[in-house]
Amino acid sequence: MASVMNGAAAMHLADLSDSKAVKQVPTRNGFGEGVAEAGKRNRNVIAICADLSESTRMLGFKEALPAQYIEIGVSEQLLVAMAAGLASAGKIPFIASYAMFNPGRSWEQVRTTMALNETNVKIAGAHAGVSVGPDGATHQAIEDIAIMRCIPHMTVVVPCDSIQTKKATLAVAEMNGPVYLRFGREKSPIITSEETPFELGKAQIFREGTDVAIIACGILVYNALIAAESLAKRGVQCLVMNNHTIKPMDEHAVVGAAAKCGAVVTVEEHQIFGGMGSRVAEILAHERPTPIEFVGVHDRFGQSGDPAELIEYYGMGSNSIEEAVLRALARKS
Amino acid sequence: MATLSPQRLRELKLHANSVRQGIIRSLLAAGSGHSAGPLDMADVFTVLYQHVLRHKPEDPEWDDRDRLLLSCGHIAPVRYSAMAYGGYFPVEELLTLRKFGTRLQGHPERVRLPAVETTSGPLGEGLAQGTGMALAAKMDNRSWRVYVVTSDAEHQCGLHWEAAMTAAKFKLDNLIAIVDRNLIQIDGCTEDVMPLEPFADKYRSFNWEVLECDGNDIAQFADTIEKAKTVKGKPTVIIAHTVPGKGVRYMEGDYTWHGKPPNQQQADQALAELEAQREELLASG
Repeated sequence: MASVMNGAAAMHLADLSDSKAVKQVPTRNGFGEGVAEAGKRNRNVIAICADLSESTRMLGFKEALPAQYIEIGVSEQLLVAMAAGLASAGKIPFIASYAMFNPGRSWEQVRTTMALNETNVKIAGAHAGVSVGPDGATHQAIEDIAIMRCIPHMTVVVPCDSIQTKKATLAVAEMNGPVYLRFGREKSPIITSEETPFELGKAQIFREGTDVAIIACGILVYNALIAAESLAKRGVQCLVMNNHTIKPMDEHAVVGAAAKCGAVVTVEEHQIFGGMGSRVAEILAHERPTPIEFVGVHDRFGQSGDPAELIEYYGMGSNSIEEAVLRALARKS
Repeated sequence: MATLSPQRLRELKLHANSVRQGIIRSLLAAGSGHSAGPLDMADVFTVLYQHVLRHKPEDPEWDDRDRLLLSCGHIAPVRYSAMAYGGYFPVEELLTLRKFGTRLQGHPERVRLPAVETTSGPLGEGLAQGTGMALAAKMDNRSWRVYVVTSDAEHQCGLHWEAAMTAAKFKLDNLIAIVDRNLIQIDGCTEDVMPLEPFADKYRSFNWEVLECDGNDIAQFADTIEKAKTVKGKPTVIIAHTVPGKGVRYMEGDYTWHGKPPNQQQADQALAELEAQREELLASG
């Protein structure tokens, strides 16, 4: 995948040319490393967990910083409201559970005690997306971006790999205000490197192109890059953007990509209603009307299965992205 | 020994009378809002602001202040009135209640009025936030306390009990919950809508210290809260038995006054009654 390196050298991306050699690490690992590091840097950073310390990767924090760790059992509404109280008294709480329960179960507490109340709480939503796999639909959060991005004051971040998740965790610990940080369970390709820059609210061009702009977030950024590489062989040059901050979105970058390419495909492991792609559409409808195709889950629930087969089945594999690019291309005027 | 001297008790009774008059005036000006709960908690809020709290009205965000949380945000008029008569802001500001641009929102907002500590209204959330604050104080070895005023009906919310369980786990003896046990909610009597009894036993089984008192008896409430402050190793709840609408005879005990304000004629009648009570108190001195 030489063109990736040539087109976006400033991003210091990993070498993805041999898919079998690509390192695979769950994004949750990056969260675990990041939150422990944040806790060491600032003793006011605390971690609160609702009975899922191992699987949300808060365990490292718990073992390294027991005095800053709070276990509250299976009570996700409390997780949010109690954290808001701790934040009111100067703490910087990271609260972790599965995205389906946190913020899935606690939306009103998030709105009232975190956002309206302007408290410095960071939600860590683990196991997001259908790629949770065998656990099935009850545990596959694919509506969480929508319910978080509609809340005033909320920052919403969906990093693309484990390395970026660590950087994002450290970055949100430094900023003041409520945050939703989303990540997944399964191993996923390492796209970036330690040298790759990361700035909240600043989208990243991972591949240059002029025919169609693929705007992606989360672990599907990798699939977008694979699709773009395949399309390049057929003469279609795609720009690939890692749009990791859903809110506040980098409107300048989104409009710029649309202007450059004249057609857009959005890619996210989420319902196509209300997610990252919807925000892109809102921006472009206002700033620069552009044909858009949406890759994501189309108004359905997930089910049990192997993560890769679920990604394929629900239309988020690289082949589906390629097809969406060709549809978008055909709509260009 | 009684916490309050006879003279101080009389002062606080007069103060509570002012707080009640402030409630009626602000509700009349607002044209909407809740009457029964604010009136029945006027004595509790008077004691809290005038006797219990370590606070500085002129510096509401003083770091060492005790935190007073109002979980049942709908009774905000009593808090606002007690704050106004306690020196936090001019009494005339009470007439801006629920109006555009006011700091005195229909349900309290911390960002607009920091001294209220939390944004509240959606029920069942105050104890959870108070638990977080009390735990933060413990973690940092701070001496301030957390007081959380709750309604009885919000004990029907699951989140409240999640917080109760957690406060006991962390032995938060710097946390005192005060329940306005007035037995009413919007749809009727709590025991008809969703029975809460045996109420005290519920808290005991959650490993809380339980104290009960007449929430409309200033001396008794002051004594009870002093006792609560001596409890070690666990949180304390004070179940304050109150009469909804206390101080205004036509409202007392009538659940239909839970969620509506008086009209002009009703307000005039209420204020006349309260003024008569005031005269009586003054004459007794």
